[in-house]
Amino acid sequence: MASGIIYAGLNGRIEVVTASAISAAKDAVELSINLIGVMCLWLGIMKIAEISGLIKLLSFLLQPFISLLFPSVPKNHPALGAIIMTISANMLGLGNAVTPLGIKAMQQLQTINPKKDTATPAMCTLLALCTTGFTLVPATIIALRSAAGSIDPTAIVGSTFIVSLVSTMFVLVIDRLCQVIFKR
Amino acid sequence: MLLELCEQLSVWVIPAILLIIPVIGYLRKVKVYEAFVDGAGEGFHTAIRILPCLVAMLVAISIFRASGAMEACIVFIAPLLNSLGIPSDLVPLAIMRPLSGSGSLGLTTELLNTYGPDSLVGQIASTVLASTDTTFYVLTVYFGAVAVNNPRYAPLVGLTGDIASFLASVYICQYLFSNNG
Repeated sequence: MASGIIYAGLNGRIEVVTASAISAAKDAVELSINLIGVMCLWLGIMKIAEISGLIKLLSFLLQPFISLLFPSVPKNHPALGAIIMTISANMLGLGNAVTPLGIKAMQQLQTINPKKDTATPAMCTLLALCTTGFTLVPATIIALRSAAGSIDPTAIVGSTFIVSLVSTMFVLVIDRLCQVIFKR
Repeated sequence: MLLELCEQLSVWVIPAILLIIPVIGYLRKVKVYEAFVDGAGEGFHTAIRILPCLVAMLVAISIFRASGAMEACIVFIAPLLNSLGIPSDLVPLAIMRPLSGSGSLGLTTELLNTYGPDSLVGQIASTVLASTDTTFYVLTVYFGAVAVNNPRYAPLVGLTGDIASFLASVYICQYLFSNNG
């Protein structure tokens, strides 16, 4: 931000800064308001799944795999269920369902965080998985390619899968390395 | 065939979830409506808690873009990326991807229209967009929601991931698509 302001000042474009700052602030509010609706929808659905025992079942089935990625989370903790839901939504390419589920998972992880203002290793792992975004069905991009007149819009499904796989593996390795380096 | 399958899948997944979960809940004698409202209530507070964090992040990124500092960055690192075999038209996308979802969607649309979606640049741009998420948005929203101010090494890991998946997109697409086109 500072670099932007200084750069604009040096180039005689300082007035752009004010305009863009104000419009971005407005965008942020709009984004949050839009988020309220989807958040309520998915968290409501999640609650039903939680009470009916669906999430417990799912986390029981996938526990060995998830516990491997999140060794610091105690077994049978609700955070594991939320993490599984987040990762599955991500894989299916359910764009706007991922954020509410991911936040839910974060809040669950926060309950076992000893230092509330600092991220735990498990939180960082979850973030790493979400920012790489492992997607099996990139629906938005397929639609975009169709619209641009592609003869084979799904050609990128294969390459996306390989790239996601490679980068997810890579990120998990980096995450582990950081866990060791930043250990205090 | 694959196209149809993907289209059908992406259309059906959400309705299927919205049907199956309440039905199972009902069968297991959960008070479906009460449970939904209870869960949804949390959604409102969480979205409001994220708002200030989003304002801070979007304003910073927007100033970075509008001031021309981002272009300066692109000019600065373009030769470096070129020497790694990356087409210079993809450099703006590489910078934009972790910063702004709508920004990188716009850039990709532009690239698809300029080069054609089935060109190598088009394939790479699509793969980049599909295989990674907007790192700074995810960081802000997730940590903002739980009021964690010290993300420790998470941004570092996220950005390394972006670089890795960008490079992987370029090289894997070059390998997959340049033989037959």
